[in-house]
Parts: sequence; C-alpha cells; structure tokens
Amino acid sequence: MVNVHDILETITMIQDENLDVRTITMGISLLDCCDPDIDKACEKVYRKITTLAKDLVKTGEDIEKQYGIPIIHKRIAVTPIAMILAPCKGGDPVKFALTLDRAAKDVGVNFIGGYSALVHKGFAAGDVELIESIPRALSATERVCSSVNIGSTKTGINLDAVGMMGRIVKQASELTADRDCIGSAKLVVFCNAPEDNPFMAGAFHGPGEPECVINVGVSGPGVVRAALAKAPDNANITEIAEIVKKTAFKITRMGQLVANEASRRLGVPFGIVDLSLAPTPAIGDSVAYILEEMGLEQCGCHGTTACLALLNDAVKKGGVMASSKVGGLSGAFIPVTEDAGMIAAARAGTLSIEKLEAMTAVCSVGLDMIVIPGDATPEIIAGIIADEAAIGMVNFKTTAVRVIPAIGKKIGDELEFGGLLGSGPVMKIRYQSPAKFIGRGGQIPAPLQSLKN
Amino acid sequence: MVGILAKVSTSCAEYNANVIEVTQSVLQDLFAMIMLVDISGMKGELSEMSDAMQKIGDEMGLSIHVMHENIFNSMHRI
Repeated sequence: MVNVHDILETITMIQDENLDVRTITMGISLLDCCDPDIDKACEKVYRKITTLAKDLVKTGEDIEKQYGIPIIHKRIAVTPIAMILAPCKGGDPVKFALTLDRAAKDVGVNFIGGYSALVHKGFAAGDVELIESIPRALSATERVCSSVNIGSTKTGINLDAVGMMGRIVKQASELTADRDCIGSAKLVVFCNAPEDNPFMAGAFHGPGEPECVINVGVSGPGVVRAALAKAPDNANITEIAEIVKKTAFKITRMGQLVANEASRRLGVPFGIVDLSLAPTPAIGDSVAYILEEMGLEQCGCHGTTACLALLNDAVKKGGVMASSKVGGLSGAFIPVTEDAGMIAAARAGTLSIEKLEAMTAVCSVGLDMIVIPGDATPEIIAGIIADEAAIGMVNFKTTAVRVIPAIGKKIGDELEFGGLLGSGPVMKIRYQSPAKFIGRGGQIPAPLQSLKN
Repeated sequence: MVGILAKVSTSCAEYNANVIEVTQSVLQDLFAMIMLVDISGMKGELSEMSDAMQKIGDEMGLSIHVMHENIFNSMHRI
C-alpha cells in the first residue's frame, strides 16, 4: 500500500504549496488547411481546430477530478500562421487571428498560440504581411498569442526582423493602450524558439511536429521553495541542489502521469513534458522566493545569477529522469509581473533590466513580462531584443523578449493586467539610441561553435 | 467527531466502491483518515464520487481528497 507520508506530502504540495499542472497544450498542424482563398483557408482552420480539440477542456477537467491535481490551463498551439498565409492570394491576415480566436472560444481554451512567423534567416512569402498585422491581430482578439523567431545559433540573427519587431512591439502596446497595453503581453520575440513549447505566449506547433500532439507544462515553484525552507540553515549548496532535484523529479512525474492520461483519453500522441518552474502572482508561487530561500536578501542582489543557474540546472536534472520525453523550454521562468518576489524586487529597485539580462543567460527563457516606459523608441526596444537574441545565439539556448511598453506611463508607475499576468512597475531603461546599429539591417552571422573559451 | 467513517463509507457503498483498508492517525496535529478504496466495480464516474465526497466534507467541516492511487505511485516510486 501507498505510504501515509507520501499521501500527505502530495496533498500538502497541492493544497498549500500551489502544485499544479500549468497547462495541457494540444499542438495542431494546420498545413493541410492552406487555400488560395483566405476565407476558405480560415474555414478549414476553424473546422480542424474545433474537431481535434473539441474534448480537450472536458478531458482536462476529468483528469483533474480523477487525480485531484489542478490543471490550470488547457490551450492550443498551431502551425505558424505565416506558413498558412503564404499560399493565400490577397486578403487581410487578421482574418486568421479572428478565426483562431473564435475557435478558441468555442472549444473553451483561454489561449491559442501560433500567430507566428519564423524569420531567423530571412522573410518568405507571408512573413512580412503576418508580422505587420500582429498589432491589429492582438488588439482585435482576446485569446490569440503571437511569436516571431528572429534568430538562431545555426543562422545568426536577422537584424532586419529585429528592427521590425521593435516597431511591432510598440504598436501592439499603442493599439491596446486602453487595456493596459495587453497586446504586447501576448507577443514574444524569440531566438532559438522551441517547436514544442506548451507555454504561452510563445507556443506554436513547429513545422517538424506531427499532425496532432499533447504537450504538458508542469509548474511548482511553491513546492521547491517549501522543500528548501525545510532545509537546515547550515545545509551546503550541494545539498540544496539535491533537494531541488528530488522535488523536480516528483513534480515532473505528476506531469508525465497527466500527459499520458490526456494522450490516452484524447487518442492523440504524447509529445513532451516541459519541466518549467512557472511562477504565478499567488503568494508563495514565486521563483524569486526560491532564490531568496537559497540565501539571498532579495532577488536581484549580487549572487542571484549563480543561484538561478543552480536552480535551472537542478530542475532539469531532476525532471529529465522523471519523464520519458522532455522538451519545450524546461527550466526556471523569470517573468517579472507574474512573480510576487520579482515584483517586490523590481519595486525596491534591487532588480534591474541589466540584472535580468544576465539572469537570462542561465535561466530557461528571457526578458519576460517586463514593463518599460511608454516613450521607449522602437529602436530601443529593438536594441533590447538584439541583446537578448545574442545571448541565446551564442549560448545555444532559447531566449525571448516579452516587454510591455506602458504607453503614457513613466519609470516607477505601475501597470496592472490582473489574473495570472499580474502587475509590475515600469522599469528603468537607457535612452541613448542604438538607432544607427538597428538601422543597418542585414544578418548578424552565426557564431563559431568550437574554440570555446 | 462522531460518524466520519460511517458517512464516508456509506457514500462509497452508494457508488459500489469497496473499502479495502482504513488507517487513522494524528499527523502534524491533524486527524488524518486514509481509506484505500477499490473502484474497479464502481457505478458511475469517479468524478461524481469525488463531488459527493466534497459535499460531505463541506457539511462536516472536513477536507476530503479523492485521488487515484496512480498519482502517489508515480510521484513517489521509480
């Protein structure tokens, strides 16, 4: 029989430490929905999504009941829409966004990702049209998320696309200025974007993926923090790493169980488990608090990058053994507005954009959910994107930028999204202009991958 | 509190779920009763029984968790 201690530990994790499965994301290929007539293509897209995902939400809820595990989100990721747009002869790309939004509402998912383009080596048919339409698409829809991949280790960075995205991010904020600039919170600019990431806003169903697949994202910063809180004060850092590893193992095993069950019930192959520590604004569910539990006075102080590197690595080591297939972003997320500890550190001025940038070199994603002043020029935003992409390119890892220019607000003001997106202070940026660099355009060549020192 | 076991096992019987083992202990100052229930011949869905237990819990001021054994096996065993 199962041991009493194990039962109570699991219940405590769920009840008191915010353990949950963050998302079950169904990836759907839309490649067979192409049509020269954009309206016909939209109709095919709608039909395919609502057919394949019709039981997704109900299945998620049933699994929740069976195992007593909260499954917070049920979501959908689709083939980058730029690829579906390519064969269309004319027509407004926003029609696809409206179709995705309608399909998401009708099957009951709260986000659908894939209003995306992959332009790390240049623009193909459909790419520029799609990217230019992103601000309008995000403003006209509620549940659609967008992402653009502008660089990779193998190809280098498309600086033309970087410059373009600086402008698009700003426009996405401007068009939704009346709704706390929510547009840019649904837009991610990637370097080395994973094709199987289940987490929004950057989820899309990569061209190398199968027809339909179930990916699961686990969470659990609160559980890791609670486990560390029980460690003695004189525990050395190796022991801390071991605790994180063991906890990550348990969390991931739960994710794997849910993934297998969802895959079986829906008759859709299991793709990957994404072993990410995804914080929420809920008390205790914070990655920053884990770092503070390791011994930092506040997240952002000197030593933060080292603690985060250890955390990120230990999460992967524990998780990899617990799941048959691991993928997506897998590591620790550091979205500022979604993490109570990060918000506090940013308000106190301990956490700066520069420190966050350093942290992204060792965490799983990038500059995530950072509110910047509304008067940041498109070139400054492009500069932020270029810096972050360079870190990803050189280190062979995924990096992303999701900054929110807070239109009409200045440093120190606050932006409030509510819900899981949270809130956060407008952070300090540098106003000296990188416009000449960004304006050069072209491709930053791919980096050397040997002779490393 | 009187009748916890009676109420919970009556509800199990209504769903034709067979109570195999019951352990009771005081853990971290909390009274904890753990029941192992066989649902192989159960009537209706596990989710319905879970809702019924939730209701009993609310009425009696207890918290009752209905969880499939697999979650503990997968989390705590390799």
